[in-house]
Amino acid sequence: MGSVVSKFGWAAFAIFGAFCLGTVALHRGETINATWLVAASIATFVIGYRFYSRFIAERVLQLDTTRATPAHLRNDGLDYVPTDKWVLYGHHFAAIAGAGPLVGPVLAAQMGYLPGTLWILVGVVFAGAVQDFMILGLSIRRDGKSLGDMVRMEMGSAAGVVAMIGVLTIMMIILAVLALVVVKALTHSPWGTFTVAMTIPIALLMGSYLRWVRPGKVLEVSLIGFVLLMLSVWIGGKVAVDPSWAPLFDYDGKSLAWMLIAYGFCASVLPVWFLLAPRDYLSTFLKIGTILLLAAAIFLAAPMLQMPAITRFIDGSGPVFAGNLFPFLFITIACGAVSGWHSLISSGTTPKMLANEREARMIGYGGMLMEAFVAIMALVAAGILQPGVYFAMNSPAAAIGGTVQEAAATISQWGFVVTPDMLMQTAHDIGETTILHRAGGAPTLAVGMAQLLHGILPGEGMMAFWYHYAILFEALFILTTVDAGTRVGRFMIQELAGLAYPPLKKTESWSANLIATVVCVAAWGYFLYQGVVDPFGGINTLWPLFGIANQMLAAIALTLCCVIVVKLKRERYLWVPAVPALWLVVCTLTAGWQKLFHDDAKISFLANARKFAAAIAEGKVLAPAKSLEEMQRIITNNYVDATLTALFMLLVAATAVFGVRTILAARRTAQPTAHEEPYVAMATVQS
Amino acid sequence: MNLDSARTLLRRHLREAWRRAVQTGRLIVGVPDYDTYVEHMRRAHPERAVMSYEAFFAERLEARYRGGGGRCC
Repeated sequence: MGSVVSKFGWAAFAIFGAFCLGTVALHRGETINATWLVAASIATFVIGYRFYSRFIAERVLQLDTTRATPAHLRNDGLDYVPTDKWVLYGHHFAAIAGAGPLVGPVLAAQMGYLPGTLWILVGVVFAGAVQDFMILGLSIRRDGKSLGDMVRMEMGSAAGVVAMIGVLTIMMIILAVLALVVVKALTHSPWGTFTVAMTIPIALLMGSYLRWVRPGKVLEVSLIGFVLLMLSVWIGGKVAVDPSWAPLFDYDGKSLAWMLIAYGFCASVLPVWFLLAPRDYLSTFLKIGTILLLAAAIFLAAPMLQMPAITRFIDGSGPVFAGNLFPFLFITIACGAVSGWHSLISSGTTPKMLANEREARMIGYGGMLMEAFVAIMALVAAGILQPGVYFAMNSPAAAIGGTVQEAAATISQWGFVVTPDMLMQTAHDIGETTILHRAGGAPTLAVGMAQLLHGILPGEGMMAFWYHYAILFEALFILTTVDAGTRVGRFMIQELAGLAYPPLKKTESWSANLIATVVCVAAWGYFLYQGVVDPFGGINTLWPLFGIANQMLAAIALTLCCVIVVKLKRERYLWVPAVPALWLVVCTLTAGWQKLFHDDAKISFLANARKFAAAIAEGKVLAPAKSLEEMQRIITNNYVDATLTALFMLLVAATAVFGVRTILAARRTAQPTAHEEPYVAMATVQS
Repeated sequence: MNLDSARTLLRRHLREAWRRAVQTGRLIVGVPDYDTYVEHMRRAHPERAVMSYEAFFAERLEARYRGGGGRCC
């Protein structure tokens, strides 16, 4: 009886979900309420979780509630601790959610809200959450080992080195592109720059307080930090209008880039308790709080989507990023649909704290669904803006011109009616002088959030406060990623360099540390600076590189899942990781190929380099370059980016070859060959 | 059930919920539960010295930024 009721209940729920999704997909012409989109997403997540994740748990991973997890087997009260599943869910989500799901969907909104929504929903259910869940499930059977170690163990040491290089390069690109997002948001914005700059003294104060006044009182000090932070957002507004103070915080992109590079270096060599850790506390709590705030605002405001479902830019001619829907939509939205980076978290701290194998489903699969929800909210925030305002903010000067008049004329010509007054009024509302060319997601999301929150809590000048609050929130956690990432990158460089020259591996040696830090900062700093001086706006060039890199890592992780499924002799379920793995390999290789060999100079690095080289040969200066020297720099940057793209393609191809080779070898043996730890009954270790 | 016992029950639930919220808050910045650690040391390694909360906090702080996974984009 109960099961009949439950079947009817689920069928009714599925019909409701399909109805919402149908409304979102088929609605044309008039604007549609964002609630439809949110409801369709939640229905998809619930159904995916209830049926598909259960199938994976029972059939593919064969999770066993009686089997002891590493947290019980190696319990040390520190790294390995059996943890309550809700507490661990919070930890896991905080570790996987970052700027990625906020930026990608905003950029992808240029094609309309529908393509991005569909890819996030299908991608997360069949690829992203599957990857996070499976890697977590495999890691708990291997003592909580990391992705790199598992690849080495199951696919051989050469494949392990490939994965290590992959992780390091993606790290450098992530740091560069995220730092670029901050630069784009702070360029000539004294208010934003002041608030973000104030986070440094606030963090130092918090660090000292934690060290000397009240050691270990994290929550207390974070609360103090939060109050100071809000105070600095408010003071920032006064600074921005003060003629003697404002110029002190008014910088162009190049100066901001150099400041970030210097800051990244300092933050990663200073003791962690002094600067890095306190900022981390602030940014982590602010991130979670703001995501909840955004969700509440969308539910309460139930805004209308102004962006059409599909725009003309699905043909690849869009100003925000170039290239066709396939493969570039699937590269642009990485985090939110599928993010290779998560495989590092799922095989990092989380597997060491899982109290029972069964809970991997909620943490791994469920955690990723929550991230997809964040991506949907970002898409909503971009979609509720007037499309004209959206394109003015996200298009480079090369596409729409440098003044509001030029921008409004160009964008109106595209079919998105907007007037110069509207653009100036929006800038004025948010307390800035201009909103043009602020690509990178953060400012667009901030304007969307400011409009939402202002709709709920109106008040004179509050819109500007919310805008700068949103900018601060993104800048703060991006900068924390930059600090922490530089440190982690330094360790990775030392490990890789140690393979060639062992003394470099010593993490206690000051000179080895400094060399590795300089190499790390120089690597991401180069791409950051290149992005800042790039006349096409930088994000245009760097974001696809980041997307390709992130999907490449996901392809590596899913290939590992395929290999292990075969080694366990569960070939009939091979399609579960193999379909998304294949899709990602096809997407990354196609996107990589087009980035190298497409005829269109807007898409291909090499074609663009050739175009500028030909112009130099004729002695002509091509816009947007202003001198032959700038032309030369564009050519060099294009060749560097092309080389990197080729490297990513090589890594994907190499992993695929290693994977197929290992799978064929495993099929020749009759016995399971996976390196699982032996079964230990939970009952024998639990006390 | 009378009103008094209902009130105590509610209070107990609220206290438990708050305890978990604080635990989550600490863990997301890399500080696991100290009481669990102490209890584990007493039970499993009674011969070893137990770190004070300050020492435990400092040790976890170093461990969080030692490398490994890092965090997401």
